[in-house]
Amino acid sequence: MQEISQGKISKMPLLEVKDLQMYFSTKEGPVHAVDSISFSLEKGEVIGLAGESGSGKTSIAITLLGLLPANGKIIGGNVLVENKDITKLSEAELSKEIRWKRISLVSQGAMNSLNPVFRVGDQIKESILAHESMDKSRAEDIVKHLLVEVGIPVDRYNSFPHELSGGMKQRSIIAMALALDPEIVIADEPTTALDVIVQAQILVLLRNLQKSKNMAMILITHDLSLVAEMCNKVAIIYAGQIVEYGPASRIFHNPKHPYTIGLIKAFPNIEGKRTRLLSISGSPPDLIHPPQGCRFAPRCPYATAKCTSEMPLLESAEPNHDARCWYASEMHL
Amino acid sequence: MTEALLTEETPVSSSDNVILSIVDLKKVFIAKLGFFASLRRSPNRIRAVDGVSFEIRRGEIFGLAGESGCGKTTVARTALRLVEPTSGQIIFKGKDVTHVSRNEEARLRPKMQIVFQDPYESINSRFSVFDVVAEGIRINKGLLDVRSDAQISDMVEKAMNVVQLIPPSQFMPRFPHELSGGQRQRVAIARALILQPELIIMDEPVSMLDVSIRAEVLNVMIKLSQEFGISILFITHDLALAKHVTDRLAIMYLGKIVEMGQSAELIDNPLHPYAQALIAAIPVPDPDGRKVKVFAGGEVPSAISIPPGCRFHTRCPYVKELCKTAEPELRLISGEHYVACHYYEEASAAYKNSRYSSN
Repeated sequence: MQEISQGKISKMPLLEVKDLQMYFSTKEGPVHAVDSISFSLEKGEVIGLAGESGSGKTSIAITLLGLLPANGKIIGGNVLVENKDITKLSEAELSKEIRWKRISLVSQGAMNSLNPVFRVGDQIKESILAHESMDKSRAEDIVKHLLVEVGIPVDRYNSFPHELSGGMKQRSIIAMALALDPEIVIADEPTTALDVIVQAQILVLLRNLQKSKNMAMILITHDLSLVAEMCNKVAIIYAGQIVEYGPASRIFHNPKHPYTIGLIKAFPNIEGKRTRLLSISGSPPDLIHPPQGCRFAPRCPYATAKCTSEMPLLESAEPNHDARCWYASEMHL
Repeated sequence: MTEALLTEETPVSSSDNVILSIVDLKKVFIAKLGFFASLRRSPNRIRAVDGVSFEIRRGEIFGLAGESGCGKTTVARTALRLVEPTSGQIIFKGKDVTHVSRNEEARLRPKMQIVFQDPYESINSRFSVFDVVAEGIRINKGLLDVRSDAQISDMVEKAMNVVQLIPPSQFMPRFPHELSGGQRQRVAIARALILQPELIIMDEPVSMLDVSIRAEVLNVMIKLSQEFGISILFITHDLALAKHVTDRLAIMYLGKIVEMGQSAELIDNPLHPYAQALIAAIPVPDPDGRKVKVFAGGEVPSAISIPPGCRFHTRCPYVKELCKTAEPELRLISGEHYVACHYYEEASAAYKNSRYSSN
């Protein structure tokens, strides 16, 4: 089926996010959590959304899935899945047509959201039956097949969550996310709570599944090394905006935004020579009253008067590589 | 010197260069049982630290690394005597302090300080920065020979300068909620520093902080060791970080040190299969660099039922019969590089070969 449709859709991205804006309303005023975010994703592509705490990366994920809390509202922009704007869909339509079927989520700490009183296999089965009508024994077969695929022995179908280790729970969450064969998986800090070796097991599993199923994936993380490990394409998020966007190898080897440069210099590389790590002074801005100009200007070592008064746009710094900096052409590692 | 430490009957190290020696330290926790369970079985013994020996030299940053539950934090707390050891010795500046009196302990405490992981919890939010930093002097007034308030504020100012909370006068009246995580953690370091310690234990001091501000804390730590000769025991789960900021490093697995050596040498040339698995599992921030590899399956077994023989044998790719029965000792291989593995040569050769091949 994939091969048949591939030719037709090759010109149209699987997912296109255009100028997306989402604010949280609070007593103090709106929080500009997602601000003019645009990116696209092709079939089989893995994009990394990298940013630090409070940058809005998780807000992007919940906006895409229409899982906003009551005070979150899409102010503008579109989320196109094969040219269909899903921001216009009702909750019922989203839940029936989009969530889990086309876009699924492996969220941070999801392994702790498994229901402790139900068997793991049954929980996965229920998530299938909630979206597709089929008889139970067929759903059960699908679950067993999925368990094997994510590296859980089939006899664990009848285990309760507390009988599984952290890695096994995360595997079962991945099985659940893949149950309806989605085209896009959003993985939000999928390995953050896990120990290093288990993290590597999960990363290898995710990568193998992504490749074998030719899925598109959005990896949301604070960890640049995970982005380098998994992604073809990267968007660096700062204070609700994309500040740099391009192919992973260009972003890491020829970063054009001072924030990206700062992050790379702050990040220890286990393969590298011992070096002095550098920090970026200051802290991220308040998103209720974001700075008028470039949001990074208050922390930027190169900021000029122009930077503090005028907000730069995300513009081409080199082919396929955009940066939101007035001086992108002069920036280098 | 170090070699002697690792035998069973270890003499108290006499070297002036050593600030802290931990000798065959063990800590067993007894898991509490509910009433009915206690009728059926005896409580579980958790061997959190199971025979750990190492030394920290003056002015060095010694890293103790491992995954959660390996016992690294228990070692640190036991060294500070916040936790009573089950057996073993803690030797501070040549003196056995494992079982000292309360009086002596009070005298000792300023010399060994600790900085905790979470600066949002470890600092009293009702105290101003000045009061947080000065608290230790106030408590230890008798010991420190501090007389006047002017003297106290002078000491606070100096400590704040060292940790780069500059200008101190601007930070002193602030409250913790007005500070960033990195600034809070530096307040915690200033608080430890003001008692003029010779050893500071830092327990995951940056793991709660964003990457972009970690270095502001780490570089203060490096300055303490390099400029002030303060020794630091750096507890971490992050080997990439350990490579860049520690001088020597010990890797723990299930309550024991499995490998120890100069940090860069150990990370670039790990000999123990567990250390190899840990290092290979860490992604590198370079899309064209090596990819992660999984050298060890499964997960860490419970410290209640530590496997016999080599405790890593249940997950080791090179396991042989000997490993299942005989526990390997931590032995010196070359220079300062120690490993506890019967077959480290084979493991090392295989690791070097596989590192450069693709997944």
